[in-house]
Amino acid sequence: MSDESRNGSGMLAPVREAGHCGLFLLQMLAGIRLERTLFISVLQQIYLIGARSLVIIMICGFFVGMVLSLQAINALQIFGASDQVSLLVGKTLFRELGPVLTALLFAGRAGTSIAAELGLMKATSQIEAMQLMAIDPVKRIALPRFLAGLISMPLLAAMFSAFAILGAVIFSIGVMGLDPGIFWSKLQSSIQFQEDFLGGVWKSVVFGGIVSLIAVYYGYYAKPTGEGVGTATTQTVVLSSVLVLIFDFIMTSFLI
Amino acid sequence: MQDTIIRISHLVYQRGAKTILNDVSMDIKRGSIVAIMGPSGVGKTTILRLISGQLHPNQGSIEVNGQMISELSHRELYKSRENIGVLLQNGALFTDLTVFENIAAPLREHTKLSEQEISERVTAKLKSVGLANTGDLMPQSLSGGMARRVALARAVIMNPKIVLFDEPMTGLDPIAMSTVSRLIRTTNDELGLTSVIVTHNVAQMKKLVDHCFILADAKLIAEGAPEDLMKSDDPAVSQFMNGRVEGPLSFERLAS
Repeated sequence: MSDESRNGSGMLAPVREAGHCGLFLLQMLAGIRLERTLFISVLQQIYLIGARSLVIIMICGFFVGMVLSLQAINALQIFGASDQVSLLVGKTLFRELGPVLTALLFAGRAGTSIAAELGLMKATSQIEAMQLMAIDPVKRIALPRFLAGLISMPLLAAMFSAFAILGAVIFSIGVMGLDPGIFWSKLQSSIQFQEDFLGGVWKSVVFGGIVSLIAVYYGYYAKPTGEGVGTATTQTVVLSSVLVLIFDFIMTSFLI
Repeated sequence: MQDTIIRISHLVYQRGAKTILNDVSMDIKRGSIVAIMGPSGVGKTTILRLISGQLHPNQGSIEVNGQMISELSHRELYKSRENIGVLLQNGALFTDLTVFENIAAPLREHTKLSEQEISERVTAKLKSVGLANTGDLMPQSLSGGMARRVALARAVIMNPKIVLFDEPMTGLDPIAMSTVSRLIRTTNDELGLTSVIVTHNVAQMKKLVDHCFILADAKLIAEGAPEDLMKSDDPAVSQFMNGRVEGPLSFERLAS
């Protein structure tokens, strides 16, 4: 697939771009082999884009949990139902906020880093060097990053939700003085493994795929200039954020 | 008598409406070091890209090691590149890999050598370019000259028949330039390679190469041994080889 063939104009341009992105995905998937080098590359990328995103995910999760319980208690107090706070927080987190906010944070933290790294590799002729050495750059650099994003996202979403629950516990029990027994029992009884937990996991796998695909695609096809790399990172954040929200609605309407 | 390893016949290459190369023919002998020289923007790097099959000629043919490059399928082209080493302008080392892994990359991709054998081969190549014990360094911590030597080791790790050099001396200090120059000669002679160097560095090429091709105005205007070209009566050749401002190759004309 040449850079030139991605060009289009008018209404057809986004359709053509989506088609090329789909072909790029197929090209990556065709490169999957059970090889030691791929396994090591994926592990390295899980560390670089997954593990290194952990701190920001944990901090954001913690405060989202705090603010969610603050708003929930504030609203539920009107009806004398503030002991239902863990139900509301749990459902919201596992079904929606956990996967969606993690995906948006992942797009900003890891997606931009993938797009910029690949764009820079192109600008410094590293991708050209691979092609000249008969090494498939899609398989060597794009595929490990894509797979690492796919694997990392559900794990990061789980960490986000865990720290959000922690934030909710500290605020609801520690600050607002709710009964811990009621908080935990409501949470345990209201969260369904299949509907809530697994539904969230599926969403985060899809979101991980979307963000990673957009990042490697725009990075790989970035113009080999400073401006081109900048554009690729911006496109990654904007497009993957929009697509995550669109796919969230589509998936929710099927899962609910 | 030496046989021809690269034969370019009546090559025409156009980019849009502009003719970059017009009816260019070259025979490159096996085992020699040749330079393709000419003013900036004349199409020197384009010739390298045509030889490596990255670009396809509009007319004419390119035969490399007995294969017509433009007639090869994608798979055959990748296979043929295992016999061609390339050193790009800035070295194009993979910034996410150590020096050792950079040199080992083609071996891991194209051979089934054991870790022990890969280690032995890479260490020997590093030693041959005077960089033993640098295997654990990252490319970012190397000087320009060291990076170029690592790139040379990587280019010849598969024992190719041909090595293409794109401006191998650019940006190097005089000592590094002489070191790289000497390495190109020793590597070429010891491994029985054919080296094609694209450059406009007349001073270094006079000492290094066996044969020069000079391009100007999209055509091959002269070829021969460097010392013969230095004495050429052709005004354009004489102007380029001696670096004179006055002559038929005016800066404004080249820019247009």
